[in-house]
Amino acid sequence: METLAGVDTTLLARVQFAFTIAFHIIFPSFTIGLSAFIATLELRWFYSGKQHFHTLARFWTKIFAVSFAMGVVSGIVMEYQIGTNWSRFAEIIGNTLGPLFSYEVLTAFFLEASFLGIMLFGWNRFPPWLHTLASVIVAFGTMLSGFWILSANSWMHTPAGFAIENGITYPVDWSDIIFNPSFPYRFTHMMIATYLTTSLVVLAAGARYMVQGRFEAEARTMVHMGLGMLAILAPLQAVVGDFHGLNTLEHQPAKIAAIEAHWDGSEPAALVLFAWPDKEAERNHAEIAIPNLGSLIITHDWNGRFKGLRDFKREDRPPVAPVFFMFRLMVGLGLLMMAIGFTGVFLWWRGRLHRATWFLRPLSHAWPVGFMALLAGWMVTEIGRQSWIAYGVLRTADAVSPVTFGSVLISLALFVLVYCVVFSIGIWYISRLIGKGPQQIPADPEALPNRPLSAAQETTREAST
Amino acid sequence: MSEVSETIPVILALLLGFTVAMYVVLDGFDLGIGILFPFFSREEERDQIMNSVAPFWDGNETWLVLGGVSLWAGFPKAFAVILPAVYMPVMFLLLALIFRGVAFEFRWVAKPHHRKWDVSFAVGSIVAAFAQGLILGAMLQEIRISGNQFAGGPLDWLTPFSLMCGVAVVVGYALLGATWLMMKTVDGVEQRSRQLALPLLAALMAFIAIVSVWTPLQIGRIAERWFSMPNIFFLSQIPVATLLVAWLCYYSIRKGRPILPFATSVGLFLLAYLGLVASNAPYIVPPSMTIWEAASHPSSQVFYLIGASILMPMILVYTVLVFWLFRGKVKPGEGYH
Repeated sequence: METLAGVDTTLLARVQFAFTIAFHIIFPSFTIGLSAFIATLELRWFYSGKQHFHTLARFWTKIFAVSFAMGVVSGIVMEYQIGTNWSRFAEIIGNTLGPLFSYEVLTAFFLEASFLGIMLFGWNRFPPWLHTLASVIVAFGTMLSGFWILSANSWMHTPAGFAIENGITYPVDWSDIIFNPSFPYRFTHMMIATYLTTSLVVLAAGARYMVQGRFEAEARTMVHMGLGMLAILAPLQAVVGDFHGLNTLEHQPAKIAAIEAHWDGSEPAALVLFAWPDKEAERNHAEIAIPNLGSLIITHDWNGRFKGLRDFKREDRPPVAPVFFMFRLMVGLGLLMMAIGFTGVFLWWRGRLHRATWFLRPLSHAWPVGFMALLAGWMVTEIGRQSWIAYGVLRTADAVSPVTFGSVLISLALFVLVYCVVFSIGIWYISRLIGKGPQQIPADPEALPNRPLSAAQETTREAST
Repeated sequence: MSEVSETIPVILALLLGFTVAMYVVLDGFDLGIGILFPFFSREEERDQIMNSVAPFWDGNETWLVLGGVSLWAGFPKAFAVILPAVYMPVMFLLLALIFRGVAFEFRWVAKPHHRKWDVSFAVGSIVAAFAQGLILGAMLQEIRISGNQFAGGPLDWLTPFSLMCGVAVVVGYALLGATWLMMKTVDGVEQRSRQLALPLLAALMAFIAIVSVWTPLQIGRIAERWFSMPNIFFLSQIPVATLLVAWLCYYSIRKGRPILPFATSVGLFLLAYLGLVASNAPYIVPPSMTIWEAASHPSSQVFYLIGASILMPMILVYTVLVFWLFRGKVKPGEGYH
């Protein structure tokens, strides 16, 4: 195998996958939550008839369109990368995972893509009910897409329902494959994460307008909906995370040991607040820890024992430091979200929210918190799976394509260049749109008479003559 | 059981073939308008062109995603061989699709500083179409494999033949784009597209002729299939039909008909595609891997087939629904932005 300064093709392919998926995951996780938010706004508009819901829905639809486009184009990259860089994986695991990805496209992508056209271009063309329906369908489609992706991803962590013949996996029981042991926890955890992520963006934008005294009705709706979601979902996420942890302990104990930087399984684990894990010396430096609390959290028992890193062969241990630090970052940001939610709802209840600039001003910069937590969590789970690409079935190093080091290097360089330019500009455009704020666009009365569909037909007929 | 395991790969291959054809036709016109973008310089014209495909482009591109995953789900061994073999063209394709895909939204948001996204839309479309031609050319020529794995070099795809295929696809997509614009736009854009369509049709026919001669000359297996008895009687229908459809296309462009030029351009693509399939079936990686050798485990095939047979009709229904809802010509100044 070719190498350069200790980097081999496998590591380079991993870097490429990590880089492209880290960029990609930002967009769908935002658009899953955002599409649900827009659908909710439209339903509220549909039933209450209040103008500011319509204004808000149209405003966020613009942002949705930009992020959705970025999600689509970066997502196509992920699919084809499985073949270009991971062809051994594609062949060995293809029988079990290939169909799940195809179900994602068949059930979700076409639904989203088709109704997205109506959602974006149908404001003045179709009646409100059809438009609202399209938005609800798009929201449902994005969630369905999450279902399949998380199912496939979970299978790579907790493979089930398969057998191996001539080194190739083949499916035995599809319901075991789809609903593999970690899937329910992973899916719930991820969906809540997407709603939290979006809530923080909406909340930050609303807080900004509130401080500036612009778009009063819209800002109030955004801040209230954002805070409500945070106050309910952030604590719920902690509970789901705890269940997910128990599941991981059962199926991927090495990952839990790395998360806790727990080396010696014969001792009850301390809760390590800070440490510098040293994989060579098999211990932690500069450790600040609370005795037994780790055992309590992980096993729900004060003296509970669980496997430490030394209980695993060196080649089966995931890289400890990134998993350990990213987990702490994720939990820390989760606690921050809870604090924001509770404080905000308390202020709202006391009727002091819109004057609390000490709270709103920093909050208007808090939009990246959800994305950071999400990326940190993603890294914990994916790095924690190493050195396996499919846990216990296929090692990452055995999954890589028979392509040259140079091909992977050049394509990685191109991806880094293009992603940094294109997506940074896209994110900048989104921030500019948010800066401008929601403009009132009245629903065009000409295009929305009592029998809207016939009107749409007339306009098109007019245009075609 | 053995009969079943013989038949299902054929059904899956037909399904894959259908998916690829849908992609080529749908994203073909949509890449085509990007290729033609430089021929229209006025901003209102470019807006009108973008709006003629804006509600559809994402759905069109989804067929490419479906093509990729159904190749993987149905024929994992072929997927694992083809993609490493065309590594670089796939990268060009993906990067180009990024530039043109984001341009749909970015150019509206960036206004009035949207020039760079116009360029990125046009260049992205041209490169994406060219890369698809490269991939096609590379697949028609031999992909070196050993032990079910790609065993060639990183530049195997780069041949005069594949470069020619690249240009041919760019020209063909441009024709689809021009005839689509004849159908969906008004005034200056419509007239300009009509002027562009005729030379594009002539160029496409020239490329079809070159491919038809070059392929059998360099690949004996294909020459043998086409020119042996009794195949020649059946297969010769394809070039005859191509000439007829091309004439109809020419006639309808000259007459300025709204729909027929697009319909016949699609017909030309489908006939060329049929010719390729007739040359290479049942190989999925010609000439070393047949659809049966590449097929996934029967249980995977059945699972995929169940999903596809329920969902594919639904997909077609809402694809048609969207094209129907947005039927008719795009008025200047229409759009949601």
